[in-house]
Amino acid sequence: MEANKILAKAETLRGTLSTGFRDEIVKSLYSEAEAIARRAVKPVEGKRYDFDQKIDRLVTSPIAGLPIMLILLGIIIWLTVSGANVASIALADVLFAVGDWGRALFVQIGAPWWITGFIWDGVYLALAWVVSVMLPPMAIFFPAFTFLEDLGYLPRVAFNLDWLFKKAGAHGKQSLTMAMGFGCNAAGVIATRVIDSPRERLIAILTNNFVPCNGRFPTLIMIATVFVAAAFSPALTSFIAAGTVVGVVLIGIGFTFLMSWLLSRTVLKGEASAFTLELPPYRRPNIARILYTSILDRTIFVLWRAMQTAAPAGAIIWILANITVGDSNLARVIADWLNPFGLLLGLDGVILLAYIIAIPANEIVVPTMMMVYMGTGTMINGPGTSAGIFDLLVNGNGWTMLTAVNLMLFALLHNPCATTILTIYRETKSYKWTVISVLITLGTAFLVTFLTASFARLMGWV
Amino acid sequence: MTDKKLALPTEHCETCPAFHQLEQMGFKVGNFDRVVALAGNPNTGKSTLFNALTGLKQHTGNWPGKTVTRAEGGYQFNGVRYKLVDLPGTYSLLSASQDEEVARDFVLFGQPDCTIVVTDATALERNLNLVMQVMEITDHVVVAINLMDEAKRKGLEVDARSLSRDLGVPAVPITARTGEGIHTLLATVADLINGDIITKPLRVQGTPEFQRAVRELAPMIESMAPGIPNARWLAIRLLDGDSKVQQALVSGELAQRVARQAQADVQFSRKMSVEGRQ
Repeated sequence: MEANKILAKAETLRGTLSTGFRDEIVKSLYSEAEAIARRAVKPVEGKRYDFDQKIDRLVTSPIAGLPIMLILLGIIIWLTVSGANVASIALADVLFAVGDWGRALFVQIGAPWWITGFIWDGVYLALAWVVSVMLPPMAIFFPAFTFLEDLGYLPRVAFNLDWLFKKAGAHGKQSLTMAMGFGCNAAGVIATRVIDSPRERLIAILTNNFVPCNGRFPTLIMIATVFVAAAFSPALTSFIAAGTVVGVVLIGIGFTFLMSWLLSRTVLKGEASAFTLELPPYRRPNIARILYTSILDRTIFVLWRAMQTAAPAGAIIWILANITVGDSNLARVIADWLNPFGLLLGLDGVILLAYIIAIPANEIVVPTMMMVYMGTGTMINGPGTSAGIFDLLVNGNGWTMLTAVNLMLFALLHNPCATTILTIYRETKSYKWTVISVLITLGTAFLVTFLTASFARLMGWV
Repeated sequence: MTDKKLALPTEHCETCPAFHQLEQMGFKVGNFDRVVALAGNPNTGKSTLFNALTGLKQHTGNWPGKTVTRAEGGYQFNGVRYKLVDLPGTYSLLSASQDEEVARDFVLFGQPDCTIVVTDATALERNLNLVMQVMEITDHVVVAINLMDEAKRKGLEVDARSLSRDLGVPAVPITARTGEGIHTLLATVADLINGDIITKPLRVQGTPEFQRAVRELAPMIESMAPGIPNARWLAIRLLDGDSKVQQALVSGELAQRVARQAQADVQFSRKMSVEGRQ
């Protein structure tokens, strides 16, 4: 065949060349490039050339590097928590008032009860929840994150965390894909393409879900604010809540390392490969552009996707809650059926039901949960306030601190959303690894929550 | 709104005729006359330039590796419609990682009418390696020296003429973030495609034996896959023992790729750039 003839010819011709001819060529390529660059670029004066280096020496120093990262993470999350809290309540007030008004209007014009219920207590309520719970944190988190990204901080994070990933047998660039996961795990999975080695790329894909994405942050923030921070004085609320969320994020990063380590010691054996990563110069972020892309593009895009799943989810919950079975309803029956298993994990049946309904998008976990709970009890202080939520959950539905902590752990560790699962399949082209990615995360979530619940019960805390 | 026209137009833009010659076409690239590829090292601002030209909002970020998929968009300049393909940043075209392969395959088989290699004015030497590798593959190269503002801030003066003379292809200084120099760049691209600018890319010659080997091998590849545009480059890769190129040759994939990528509409995918949002 002709192709083989060409290969054979190439083989013979290679024999006529001096060994290392390619090195010669590469060398002359480099020296040529150097000469050309020397002719074309002239330093005018040696001004602030080493300013970047000074900053880098600080933010990538072995001592200050990690604390600075933690502080930046803390600042971003604190900004998100404290800013979102007020805005969420205000937004909820408005949106729920609109709901009341709409319901009243429908009643007034004599619409059938099931149309009024389906639209206003089902679809609209779910949408109102999603928007009020999600929009404020995203509108703060995305610009703040994009700011650091545009500044050029992410490669420094990779630099700081490299030794940890290496210890775990994973690729140092995994910290970049992990960072992208905070925005969206599906995007994080796609970003793993920067990792050359298939083994390490697979590790990065399988563990990406252990950092909470924007769809899960609102759940963490809400629980941290309503439960953990409520135990402290109001002045400290936002700090305690932010600290809690940072803690949860760190647990997630810990699991990323742990799981990477386990994988690289078992099914994905191998050594971490070396790589070079440029530390790009710091660039002044363009604030107008950041606001534009992160709010209009990312925030609205993600919110729109969440709303698309929230509307049908709201409809399903309403239907489930309005199909009567004996003296109960279908949502309750399913929740009760799931309850023993939920309790085993320190959760309850409603939470598990919410997670099942929220498989398409994690964003709607809280709305789903609240709607099922509200089907059985009414809120005293209005749904928008922390006190109202606290009252509904604790007094109405028997939540404890264990439920709150385990819900956060479960939110952190459980299976990826449908979009991410689909992306994992598209990137790995393998059913096997897609299924494994779900089993690993779900298994970890079950195991960890089961252990915490058992431990807390053993110690007699709940 | 002026924002729609160009990423961040300065006030001079309004009075400049070029401002009105450029029309961003976003995703409307179904009918285009020319294909232009954007290559370059990671983090040199390819996506920023892409956004400025197309009006699209491919995500940009200051870290190497931000763009891992191929994004496509369109712009119209002086009445000619161009399809612009934003390639992942690569340091070389020789390596095996997936993002580098995306870039290499497109420059190699996609046969763009022109490839703009975006370079970082503050790190020109390192960037030139890729420029020279791209020039090994194709004559139709324009070098965009981006981040001129940053170079100025760092006290560097870049002589585009000297660079252009040495490389044998046009070199245009730009600042993609502000839109400075973009008009000249587009005019240069148009002239190059029209044949008003003839390039004579600098190519590393190597030893006489090497040159002879390439001269013998290249025609064989050409006769096997007629229409293949880069026989010389492939010959060099084969002499080097590049197993991927060898495989592609034996399996017939090479010929297939020539056919596939040459198809007028290379699977333009809005979906990809939407789902690839990073």
